[in-house]
Amino acid sequence: MNRLNRIRQLWQLTLAHFREIIREPGVLFWGIGFPILMSLGLGLAFTSSSDIIRKVAVISDGNKTGSDNLSLNTFFTKNCEKNNSGKKEDYQWKLELKDDKLGNSVFLFYSMNWDEALVLLKRGTINLILKENSGLTEYHFDPMNSDAELTFLKLSSVIGSGKVVTEGNNAEIKPLTTTGSRYIDFLVPGLITMGVMMSSMWGISYGIIEKRSKKLLRRLIATPMKKPHYLISLIAVRIGMNFIEALILLVFGIIAFKMTIQGSIPAMILMFLAGNIAFAGIAVFVSSHTSNTEVGNGIINFVVMPMMILSGIFFSYYNFPDWSIRVIQMLPLTMLTDGIRSIFNEGAGFPQVALPILVLTAIGTIFFTAGLKIFKWH
Amino acid sequence: MPAEIVIEVKNVWKSFKTVQAVRGINLSIPKGQFVALLGPNGAGKTTLVEMIEGIRKPDTGEITIMGKHWKGNEDELHRMIGISLQETRFIDKLRVTETLQLFASFFNLGITRVNEIIRIVGLEEKKRSYVVNLSGGQRQRLALGIAMINTPGILLLDEPTTGLDPNARREVWVILHKLKELSQTSMILTTHYMEEAEKLCDYIVIMDNGIILREGTPPLLLANHRNLDDLFVSLTGRKLYE
Repeated sequence: MNRLNRIRQLWQLTLAHFREIIREPGVLFWGIGFPILMSLGLGLAFTSSSDIIRKVAVISDGNKTGSDNLSLNTFFTKNCEKNNSGKKEDYQWKLELKDDKLGNSVFLFYSMNWDEALVLLKRGTINLILKENSGLTEYHFDPMNSDAELTFLKLSSVIGSGKVVTEGNNAEIKPLTTTGSRYIDFLVPGLITMGVMMSSMWGISYGIIEKRSKKLLRRLIATPMKKPHYLISLIAVRIGMNFIEALILLVFGIIAFKMTIQGSIPAMILMFLAGNIAFAGIAVFVSSHTSNTEVGNGIINFVVMPMMILSGIFFSYYNFPDWSIRVIQMLPLTMLTDGIRSIFNEGAGFPQVALPILVLTAIGTIFFTAGLKIFKWH
Repeated sequence: MPAEIVIEVKNVWKSFKTVQAVRGINLSIPKGQFVALLGPNGAGKTTLVEMIEGIRKPDTGEITIMGKHWKGNEDELHRMIGISLQETRFIDKLRVTETLQLFASFFNLGITRVNEIIRIVGLEEKKRSYVVNLSGGQRQRLALGIAMINTPGILLLDEPTTGLDPNARREVWVILHKLKELSQTSMILTTHYMEEAEKLCDYIVIMDNGIILREGTPPLLLANHRNLDDLFVSLTGRKLYE
């Protein structure tokens, strides 16, 4: 077969895979629309400074002799706004703590008995119960719940001290809003790399398994088609789609959240390519044998789920035990995410990401070669 | 002068785990002959055809196509053969023309041949339709078109009309009749349908449990029986469909 024929064959295969993807509206939504929506939702949730509402239960059947020289009732009367709706399910008192740096906190106090308060606590409607006992204010909450702890700290500082500062300009607090240090700067590179993994694993692996189950692979190899051409074209189209998806997400991040790439763009392109190679290789290996889509589903989930949880996509993997950090750092998704994040946020260039680029490329090559060796076409 | 033998199957055996699918089959198919492999499910027809197609390897025995073994001659033999597998599904969101173009590219053929095939299989009105939107009969005609795209010397069709309604089945038969009239193509066709075997083929091989029960031309096989089903009953004690 001469070179021209090979190119024509490869081109037709590439075209077929490309058409298959772009003609499926679901693929476009889940590949492009969903990551943007996710970044928009999470980005706004973690960057906007809207009022944070904290609901607190106040036990109304307790002893009301006062607490910390200031009874709860006196505290409410003096400092809170009363709700006169008269409805039982509405809050009785409202306290607004304004803070131009940390954002406003609004405390809504609901009067109820202990049993009702426990039910709401279990449902997560409230996370703290206030009760007076022999002149002392008791704060009941789960100490393992950090949000409840924050409610306690804020509330006890105003109730306990008797000094109520409802408006403030915490001059000593310097909120970090510089580009690269916000949650959105952490999140978007993670979403891009997770997109590479998901798109490769589901697009390549599941695609191959499904075509094997439909006997299309068997039909294709009953022609003079070069077997590697099929996989190469499939991978090339997937990498192309991943580039487009990542680019759209990146542009969205730049426009919507003023994100910047602080490091080397060529290094980032190479890093991205290496990540694609790694996951394409793994995807071919994973799909090399089974023709059962349900088994394929399980295998793909087995590969992607641990990485999705451990590799620091949504939160830092340093929250995991120290002994596990080294292992997590060796996962392909962690390597890719750390590399891309360092280029985005830390100004990294080729010297800093050369090693992960080499390792990811090697992983992809090894898995692809092994996968091709054991690949079942029927 | 005897006709050139294009497919030679010599004492071929094949088993899967505990099932002996093909047991010592011998078969010689001359150029231009249409052969039907007739038998119930599990007779070993598909396994035999898949071995001839080179998709499976026999445990023992020998298969040659145009005097060549599969090993080392895959590329050359794939160019001579056209196949239609049982229940193949193509890419749903490709159009008929695009699907044929894809397969044509494997044989270094262009749009001229694609258009010719679309005309031969009667899919002119559907050439811009997605494969997923074709009816069962249209899909089968597309599969047949793909099998014929390289003008093969040998056509291997595994149950090409199973599941089709009588009209769709007849449309496939018309295409194959024309092929027989206009070319020297040899064909092996597996089928459940006696009528299909009788109407399309000039040689019938009746199989059951991995062996050949009887083979011959339709007149020879039907010399002492009303139809092929009667013959099958006399050979096995049961009907073809049971």
